[in-house]
Amino acid sequence: MPSRKLIGSTLLGLMMCTAAVADTIKPGIVYDFGGRNDRSFNQAAYNGAKTFQERTGIAFRDFEIQSASQSEQAMRNFARRGLNPIIAIGFSQAGALERVAKEFPDTDFAIIDAEVNLPNVRSVLFQEEQGSYLTGMLAAMASKTGKVGFIGGMDIPLIRKFACGYEQGVKAVDPKAEIFINMTGTTGSAWTDPVKGGEIAESQFARGADVVFHAAGATGIGVLQAAADKGKLGIGVDSNQNYLHPGSVLTSMVKAVDVAVDSALEDAKNDQWTNGVQILGLNENGVAYALDEYNEKLITPEMKEKVEKAKAEIISGKIKVHDYMKDGTCTY
Amino acid sequence: MTKGQLPKWVDYGLLPALNLIAAFAVSGLVVVLIGEDPFEAVKWMLFGSWGYGEGVGFTLFYTTNFIFTGLAVAVAFHAGLFNIGGEGQAYIGGLGIAVACLAFDAYVPWYITGLFAIVGGATFGAAWALIPAYLQAKRGSHIVITTIMFNFIATTLMVYLLSNVLRPQGSMQPSTRTFTEGGQLPLLRNIWPSLDLGQSPVNLSFFLALIVCVLVWYLIWRSKLGYEIRAFGANPTASVYAGISPVRITVITMLISGGLAGLMGMNEVMGSQNRLLLDFTAGYGFVGIAVALMGRGHPIGIILASILFGSLYQGGAELAFEIPAITRDMIVVIQALVILFAGALENLFRPAVVAFFNRFSDEAAA
Repeated sequence: MPSRKLIGSTLLGLMMCTAAVADTIKPGIVYDFGGRNDRSFNQAAYNGAKTFQERTGIAFRDFEIQSASQSEQAMRNFARRGLNPIIAIGFSQAGALERVAKEFPDTDFAIIDAEVNLPNVRSVLFQEEQGSYLTGMLAAMASKTGKVGFIGGMDIPLIRKFACGYEQGVKAVDPKAEIFINMTGTTGSAWTDPVKGGEIAESQFARGADVVFHAAGATGIGVLQAAADKGKLGIGVDSNQNYLHPGSVLTSMVKAVDVAVDSALEDAKNDQWTNGVQILGLNENGVAYALDEYNEKLITPEMKEKVEKAKAEIISGKIKVHDYMKDGTCTY
Repeated sequence: MTKGQLPKWVDYGLLPALNLIAAFAVSGLVVVLIGEDPFEAVKWMLFGSWGYGEGVGFTLFYTTNFIFTGLAVAVAFHAGLFNIGGEGQAYIGGLGIAVACLAFDAYVPWYITGLFAIVGGATFGAAWALIPAYLQAKRGSHIVITTIMFNFIATTLMVYLLSNVLRPQGSMQPSTRTFTEGGQLPLLRNIWPSLDLGQSPVNLSFFLALIVCVLVWYLIWRSKLGYEIRAFGANPTASVYAGISPVRITVITMLISGGLAGLMGMNEVMGSQNRLLLDFTAGYGFVGIAVALMGRGHPIGIILASILFGSLYQGGAELAFEIPAITRDMIVVIQALVILFAGALENLFRPAVVAFFNRFSDEAAA
């Protein structure tokens, strides 16, 4: 029967089509504890993957972990199903990624915020101290009281790196400025507790601070809210958070996790994947201070001029921002 | 059988089963509400936890954690003490295990390190329970409050130690270095490759947990100390009259309880991660309360309840993986429903079941 043959060949053709589609990449993303919708770090990664999907039509899979063992499990599940590349978001997944990457030497892995030295891993690190330096300068210039605040999630090296860069920027503008540094907590919930973030921000306002920079994931939503409620200024982190409270968010220390994820996927698609350490700073637009229609009234032309000058000098190497990770201290 | 009492198989078998069915029925409704097929969800949960070797391995791995923390809560419960501090005691116990591994892993094989790690974990866990126990025994500060407080102190202490003291220089990760082979418990998948446990982290501490179950059973039901603990728990006033020192029993029971919780790190720290991580306890200490309640404080019951929660953890992860619309928060909802029905609403079906069996026995008598 010719008709059946026709159907058969059409089916075969269809199958070959799907095979051709399957030939493109199948990316997988594993978020850390904050989860896909933290409006900050993990969400930036999600946005990067989504941008890629919208541009190329290539779908991706993702997973939100609940415990350290799940991180390893999820990566292995992805790798086993032939997903490639697999991107882990956050330093806490470094150990898990190292194990899984060894088991699947033919799969490409990437990790954000940590260094894993394996031939099939791309480690993406950001020079947060540079971006924080610029936001520190802006904070000091915007402050009328000479007192600024910093609210971190947890007292861990990564957050001290933010705090140290911020401190240097503040002091560069106003050597006499006072900086209050507080951490939100000691458990995973430190990153997901906006109520506590708001309380700490209010206590810093009560001590005289009028600009507060947060590096605390979803906790920071509460910090920015408190700043808006009290008529003070907040500074966002990781994603551009200026839009959350227009006129009350001075700027955001944008960490281009979305760009890093997007470009990793793009490289994989074009067969240009590279492994090794990728360091993204001001020069690569990996970190930046955010300037858009929501905060343009807060940043005066003089402020902008000064910050742009510092930015150029950091890139040229004239200003050296001390990196806390180098020696574990904040002396500069 | 006296009126109002139930045969044992009903009390220990039928009632928990009814509670479970109710919990899963409600969970199923939640799954339907978000527009997914509940039977598909159940299928993935079962397959994920018991359908293939690696899933089984993961289930047993989680089970091991719950056995330790469940036993810890149960022992304290027998003395009428509500130890909410399993989380902190397990965390600090992990520190003791890590210290033993860091000190010995380069010099001796794992079974020597393991002995020191067991002692270290139990001692550190017990020490973390000592102050709340003392305050309860001598000062009357309620143990629920003090053990909760000590959970917070434990997390603070650990963040400090991991960020400042135990972290290798230059590492971004707040964790210790990875232990060498002398500080790693053998994985079951390497001991018995034929079991086909995939890449699951289940390790020798699973058997340690089972041995500890036997020891706890002996302690509580076959030893003099256990008798004193149960007597004190049943009626503190009468036990004082019988010559049992409340201070001694409170302190000793809490030390045992804390030590058991501290051993959880054998599975997570020495068995699986091979380093001390921030937040490695991940709530297992709290789930231990539900495990102990569901297991009726008996080691056999605790093993069964641990297997249930282990399956929920592993099956839940698999479910979230297979059906992306069911997020990890949905899995927490399902776990919470099981805890709710098995723990808090334990007596939901009891009156009806009692009435049913009484009528049945009346008829049999008539």
